[in-house]
Amino acid sequence: MTGQTFLFQLLNGLSFAALLFFLASGFTLIFGLMRIVNLAHGGFYLVGGYVGLTVATATGNFWLGLLAAPLAIAAIGLFTERVLLRRIRGQELPEVLLTVGIAFVFADMSLEIWGGDPRSVPIPGFLRGGLDIGFMVYPRYRFFVIGCAVLVGVALFLAHSKTRIGAIVRAGVDDREMVSALGININKIFTGVFIVGALLAGVAGLIGGGLLSLVPGADTEILLYSLAVVIIGGLGSLPGAVVGSLIVGLADAFGRALLPDLSYFTLFAPMALILVVRPRGLLGRQ
Amino acid sequence: MLKIADVHANYGTASILRGVDLDVASGEVVGLLGRNGMGKTTLVRTCAGLAPPRLVQGEITFDGQPIHGLPSYQIGAQGIGLVPQGRHVFGSLTVLENLQVAARAAKDGDDGWTLDRVYGLFPRLKDRFNSRARNLSGGEQQMLAIGRALMTNPKMLLMDEPSEGLAPIVLGVIRQQLQELKTQGLSILLVEQSLGMAERLCDRLYILGEGGVIVWEGVPADLNADERAKRVHLGV
Ligand SMILES: Nc1ncnc2c1ncn2[C@@H]1O[C@H](COP(=O)(O)OP(=O)(O)O)[C@@H](O)[C@H]1O
Ligand SMILES: [Mg+2]
Repeated sequence: MTGQTFLFQLLNGLSFAALLFFLASGFTLIFGLMRIVNLAHGGFYLVGGYVGLTVATATGNFWLGLLAAPLAIAAIGLFTERVLLRRIRGQELPEVLLTVGIAFVFADMSLEIWGGDPRSVPIPGFLRGGLDIGFMVYPRYRFFVIGCAVLVGVALFLAHSKTRIGAIVRAGVDDREMVSALGININKIFTGVFIVGALLAGVAGLIGGGLLSLVPGADTEILLYSLAVVIIGGLGSLPGAVVGSLIVGLADAFGRALLPDLSYFTLFAPMALILVVRPRGLLGRQ
Repeated sequence: MLKIADVHANYGTASILRGVDLDVASGEVVGLLGRNGMGKTTLVRTCAGLAPPRLVQGEITFDGQPIHGLPSYQIGAQGIGLVPQGRHVFGSLTVLENLQVAARAAKDGDDGWTLDRVYGLFPRLKDRFNSRARNLSGGEQQMLAIGRALMTNPKMLLMDEPSEGLAPIVLGVIRQQLQELKTQGLSILLVEQSLGMAERLCDRLYILGEGGVIVWEGVPADLNADERAKRVHLGV
């Protein structure tokens, strides 16, 4: 592998990691606080992408699509948490089954509405084409994706570690019952965190729709990758989502380049290894 | 202030409390004693609105308002501060964050609990403000659990076995701090297994005994003199 192809794969890995971070961060926050494995997260991604695509195409404005996708998915997230999940709070099996059910409903409805052909999100002119970084040219849009993830990551980190709401969320991860005994309505915190997670998945859908394509099955595929991220990084840990995204993104990019026939192997072998050494992931609570 | 009347509570189908009556007047420190497993924590959790257990009969009123059946956050917001058995500090948060999370402005008047006042009562917490709560000693965690409850500006504290697992010297410090809270007029329901800490602190005592009912009530001096009650109900 030459220096240039190495760098190329590195950037591919980083931009895929950036996309995965949008999903994994919400997924892991939801799990950490609510102990819900939200298997509808891939559905949130795909439907967010389709809604954003529709709005972006209809208005000719990518940014309106980027606004519409998270808003739509936040609304769906609100409904999912308030109306559906709340009834079965704390019952793990029903919760998982419900999120699987939502994923199926989303998959079927989007096949009905948006069809089975791969679609991609029209990206704005100034993000098209390549950016010359001296020794090579690399797609601008991928830099944009990395930049967005860094911004969102920093914002999430600050909100999580520096604000009172963030401290309440972390306290809830430690001991939900005690948070509520302090006079704080933990249900509102649950709803808020679920909405943030859903919203980020919606953003990911639109952004991913310009990177990969939106197609039936993309929901389960991205869900699988996100699961690998949070399992490697540690369920419930935000820094874990960063580390996990980087590992999975890079393993995927280099795996595809070096061992194209074994791309899933290069992804899941490290995951299995890490689980042997650290069963709760790299940064999970041991 | 707090009035518990004919409370029956179950875990599943196991009936633990079978008609408990107890009250705490404003400014009073009341002890609830009883051997391990008699249902003291069950009563505390029932008052705080935590489930399980499940209240199956009876009434709990606070400041004249019924609170049984309310979600725990509403009970907390109405002014009942919980210092649970086992402390339950937020281990991954710093001492300061533990206090900030709990902070709620006093309802009336300006002389509520603030960070400075809590640090004034527990200087140890100020020294360790930036440590993660899980790294504190047992005594420090107990102070933090009390300080955290105070930050909600409660009218009353429910304290479940604050002396559990603490060395006598630390216990002495905490007892003095509770004495200070009492002097300031805070109402407290103090749960303990034995007379030790409760004897000097409490105005009145109840003993929860076999059968999930109150088997003894009176003032500390009377219990101290009542060898039979101590032997039968407290096992000393
Ligand atoms: N979560 C629970 N589920 C079922 N039984 C419980 C639970 N917690 C406590 N118990 C039972 O209820 C009884 C009273 O327990 P508890 O209130 O903790 O006693 P105490 O605080 O007086 O030591 C005990 O027999 C205990 O085994
Ligand atoms: Mg107990």
